[in-house]
This record gives sequence, structure tokens and C-alpha cells, in this order.
Amino acid sequence: MNLMAMFRRQRSAPVARERLQVLLAHERMAGSHSELLNQLREEILEVIAKHIKVDREKVNIKLDRGADVSTLEIDVEMPAAIPLVRARGAAAA
Amino acid sequence: MAKVLVVTSGKGGVGKTTSTAALGAALAQAGENVVVVDFDVGLRNLDLVMGAERRVVYDMINVIQGDAKLAQALIRDKRVDNLSLLPASQTRDKDALTNEGVAKIIEQLREKFDWIICDSPAGIEKGAMMAMRYADIAVVVTNPEVSSVRDSDRIIGMLDSKTLKAERDERMEKHLLLTRFDAGRAARGEMLKTEDVLEILSIPLLAIVPESVDVLNASNLGSPVTLNNPTSAAAKAYFDAARRLRGEQFEVSVPMQRKGFMGRLFGRRAVA
Repeated sequence: MNLMAMFRRQRSAPVARERLQVLLAHERMAGSHSELLNQLREEILEVIAKHIKVDREKVNIKLDRGADVSTLEIDVEMPAAIPLVRARGAAAA
Repeated sequence: MAKVLVVTSGKGGVGKTTSTAALGAALAQAGENVVVVDFDVGLRNLDLVMGAERRVVYDMINVIQGDAKLAQALIRDKRVDNLSLLPASQTRDKDALTNEGVAKIIEQLREKFDWIICDSPAGIEKGAMMAMRYADIAVVVTNPEVSSVRDSDRIIGMLDSKTLKAERDERMEKHLLLTRFDAGRAARGEMLKTEDVLEILSIPLLAIVPESVDVLNASNLGSPVTLNNPTSAAAKAYFDAARRLRGEQFEVSVPMQRKGFMGRLFGRRAVA
């Protein structure tokens, strides 16, 4: 066994405590709130899809649930030549 | 008036069944008329931990379906006269646990006993829901470990929303039973402290049961630890829990591990 490791104090409990507090704060807002992020993701993608052909597999979605602030990051890869979805007005013309 | 108590946790393996057996026995040893009821249909184990596995003839599902009378299914403990067991079915399907059937059994048990202690299966499926549905009091068994605390939080939410008490806008009395606790590891910052768990779950503490070989020995022998080794630290925690459930109020003690000479010698060194 590594001698240094033996003497170094392992303090994982405070980390466990903090992780739990953040997680449970989110889980306790059951129902509508927890669904909000999923709904936002879907609606934002729909809006993008109106204008650009989105390859679903090239959409990178990251979620970071923090104690006070959560971030939803939607990363859409856009090719150099953007295959635009025809605007409705133009299609009708 | 009879009290229905559910021993629950969400997570498996935290000590629900051993705690049900020990609490049931401790209450009975204090003179109460107690029945412990196994709700784990298909994976029953309370009979084994109580040492009654060879005496099971009928089970709760037999009673629900009218194949046996309740009195025929109850197994009286051989060591403590006023302690009985209602086993779960090992073969039937969980769906046989109907709302009306369980309600009727609980009603009948209320007439015969002071305490009806329901041993919940792990998870949040039907068996667990049925075990908590008719409870007046809940004992939430939690290990000082992240996944157990998370699941307990979920179960506490369900106790406050999915039970008959909750539907009637009545308050469900909830208690935390911290099990498999290691005071040394908590002091060294390797294990969640009691205060951490209490702060996160915010329900009152019933007792702290130390991680102990006495609990394992008791299971091996099919005897609740309060009967098998009444002077052990684990048994003391369960006796204290039983006294609190009966309304006594006193400080919760943190069980310290008694160490032998070698343990003390090497235990100290590891801490440094």
C-alpha cells in the first residue's frame, strides 16, 4: 500500500453531502418543474428545425444542475453550406 | 389503539427486514402485542430472519383470496409469546395484493394487536406501496451512503402523498433509523455523518444502529438481535427505538465500536 495514501486523510463525506443536497433539491421539485428542461430542449430544437435541417445525431445537449443555477446547453452543428429549410412564404410563391 | 408501522427505505439491502424483526421483538419484549407482516411477495425473508421458515403453512395472499383464515396464517413466535408473524407468499404474484384485501387484513389485525409492523419490499412497486398505504407511522431505514439517502428522500415524498393518511390530509409520523453506521469512519470524514443525513432528510432520528457482526449472527441464527444478543450495541439501539416509539423521550446515543487491544492499536494508527 502506498504509504502516503495511508496517511493522507480521505474526506469524501463532505462531497457526498454536497452532491446529495444539490440532487435532492432538484428531485423534490417533482412534476412540472423537472419536465421543464426537457420541454425547453424539444421546443428549442423545433424552432431551429424550422430554419435549418438539423441532424439529430449532431445535436449535443448538456445539462448541468447546480445548487442555484442550472444550465441547458444546446450545441447544434451547422455545416458550412447550410441546408436551409425553405421559408413558408417562399415555398408558397 | 393499535398502530400500523411501516418499515421502508426504497433501496434494498439497508436492513429493513432485520430492523422489522428487531423492532418487532423489542416492542414485544416490552410487553406489547406485536405482529410483523411481510409484504415482499415472491421474495419473502422475514420468516427466515425470525426463524419461522419451517413453520409457514399459509400466507397473506391465502388469506386475501379466502383460502385460509387470518388466525391460521399467523405464526406465533416460540420465544416471545406476544409476537406473531404473517408471512408473505413465496409463489404468488404481487398483483394478488389487492387494496381491499390488504385493508381488510390490516383492519382485522388492528383488533388483535397493539402494533402491526409492515416490512416493505425494496423499490417503489406495488408491494412497497401496499406496505405503506395503511400506515400511521413510518420508520425510514437509511444507510449513511449517497444512494440510500436519495432513495429515502423519494420514499419520504411518497409517504407524504401516496398513503391513506396523506389522502385524508393527516400527518404521517416519520422516523429515521440510521443503520450500518460506523462512528469511526464518520469521524474520519469517510462516511456521511448523522447530522448530514438528518439535515438532508429532515425527519426525526429514531436510533443509530451500528454496523455489527451481532446483526449478521442474529440473522444467521434466525433470531432477532434483541433476543439473540440483548446486550449488544445493535440490540440496545433497537430497544431504544422501541422505547421512543412507545412515547418515551430521551437523547439518541451514538454507538461506539468496542475494540480489542489489537484493534485499538491498529485502529489508531490508521486514523493518524
